[in-house]
Amino acid sequence: MAATDLGKFSATPVTPGYWSGVFARLSRDPIAMLCLLILLALILSAMFAPYIGLADPYKGSMIKRLAAIGTPGYPLGSDEQGRDMLARLIYGGRLTLFIGLVPVVLAFFIGTALGILAGYLGGWVNTIIMRTVDVFFAFPSVLLAIAISGALGAGIVNSLVSLTIVFIPPITRVAESVTSGVRALDYIDAARASGGKTVTIIRVHVVGNVLGPIFVYATSLTSVCMILAAGLSFLGIGVSPPEPEWGLMLNTLRSAIYVNPWVAALPGLMVFITSLCLNLLSDGLRSAMNVKA
Amino acid sequence: MLSYLIRRILYVLPVAFGVSVICFMLVQIAPGDPLTAIMPVDATAEEQAAMRAAYGLDKPLPVQYAIWIGNIVQGDMGKSIATGRPVAGEVLVAVNNSLLLAFSASVIAFPIGLFLGFLAGYFRDTLCDKAVTAIAIAGVSVPNYWLGIVLVIIFSVTLGWLPSMGAGPGGSQDWHWDWLHMRHLILPAVTLAVVPIGIVARTVRALVGDIFSMDFVQALYAKGMTRFDVLRHVMRNAAATALSVMGLQLGYLLGGSILIETVFNWPGSGFLLSNAIFQRDLPLLQGTILVLALFFVFANLIVDVLQAAIDPRIKRT
Repeated sequence: MAATDLGKFSATPVTPGYWSGVFARLSRDPIAMLCLLILLALILSAMFAPYIGLADPYKGSMIKRLAAIGTPGYPLGSDEQGRDMLARLIYGGRLTLFIGLVPVVLAFFIGTALGILAGYLGGWVNTIIMRTVDVFFAFPSVLLAIAISGALGAGIVNSLVSLTIVFIPPITRVAESVTSGVRALDYIDAARASGGKTVTIIRVHVVGNVLGPIFVYATSLTSVCMILAAGLSFLGIGVSPPEPEWGLMLNTLRSAIYVNPWVAALPGLMVFITSLCLNLLSDGLRSAMNVKA
Repeated sequence: MLSYLIRRILYVLPVAFGVSVICFMLVQIAPGDPLTAIMPVDATAEEQAAMRAAYGLDKPLPVQYAIWIGNIVQGDMGKSIATGRPVAGEVLVAVNNSLLLAFSASVIAFPIGLFLGFLAGYFRDTLCDKAVTAIAIAGVSVPNYWLGIVLVIIFSVTLGWLPSMGAGPGGSQDWHWDWLHMRHLILPAVTLAVVPIGIVARTVRALVGDIFSMDFVQALYAKGMTRFDVLRHVMRNAAATALSVMGLQLGYLLGGSILIETVFNWPGSGFLLSNAIFQRDLPLLQGTILVLALFFVFANLIVDVLQAAIDPRIKRT
């Protein structure tokens, strides 16, 4: 028999990988799965909003302002300019979800990189990175986001920048503490003793072992980021009118609470549902990945 | 203890320095020339240069920072561009109002959070635990500015029980401890309390649950202690961490009340801050944020010291 054929009869049993185990455990968690479904529905409907037969979210009507929930033609009522609320809520998900999720993703990459560097290299690199992080920790996150956005001015890009800056320090701190824990383990010493270069050791031995806890921690930040993103627009320093965005809609509808209060409360309810699902999903992921808080 | 105290205070100084640098940089990252807000449109180049020199804007950044911080140390935070009044005075009044709101919210939040967390941690995996966990998750997930609006809809618009705006009757700015003023405090304080209730309950639940599974608790039961006495030991063990979470939350309440103050037109620091942002009043923005951040740093310092005072294990690390 040729040597190449032997490969077919590999002696290694096929074991499911770590991630398939995580997904198997997560799929047995009914609450997490429900939240995942709701989030997927929100994201997909926002993405395909122009193709699912909704009314024009920008087209108002002077005579149909603040229609109640259930008015024919306006299943969820209309806003202060007579625009269809259902369409605006679904379109609104585009900006809110985008500004609420992207900063955490960016901060995850930047913070993880900084944290691994600080935790693995130690010494003065650690001092510089971690003491800078300490300074940013001196600001409550809401205050920092509003301060930077307020100074930069309104705008989607400015919101993204300020929220990313807000979430880099906490992720860096977690990444650093996990990395320095892994750094102290024997197999890192073994890798160094066998002549591995720093870059190789970080890439091969460190990243895979620290990513899990950092990832879980980052997912737990998404709900805060969502609330802050909508909050910036609510204050008027995020998205500008007439774009549909949940926080901004909540702000412009505030004057309507005496006319049609429950329509006015809808955009905030969307933020609440999204952030609740993000939190529950993150909790489910935490137990599925067996990461301690 | 003393050496810990000194070390901890020395550690605060560089952080405070960093905070002041960030506040200083806020004006630098702001787009546009800070002078455009105060200069007439038709100002000549010479007039602009004169103004620039008068404000010290022609000097290099580190020098500008040194002048700025030197003035602040002497209590001069510059003048508000919009009103022309000294920033320090405006910030002081506003922070006072914010502190009132933050303390009121803590008085509501901490006992409830501690109680719920303890209950859930003690009766782990029961219906009670599940209920508390649900409340806690809802509490940390709710956008509190929206909750404020919902409470206004219920208690002001629909029921007409409580006022929805301001800190006193007729937009009064002076606080008095009487019912006319206090009823204005109820809705914003309750709204602000919801998130810390969730966070404190969650943390204490995990904490108490962990401590109950420790060996020393078994030992206490084994030597015949009653449940109540064991509970006392557990509480003592949980106290330091619970305290630090609450201290941190108090700081967050002060800085995080901005959105709530906007919802309720509460004349606090957040209200001042949003005015400063919309009028592009950068000295006011800078001053308010500096004061709030330094408050937060100071609150953390006090928490750390108190924590070390009640838990001797902390000093060693």
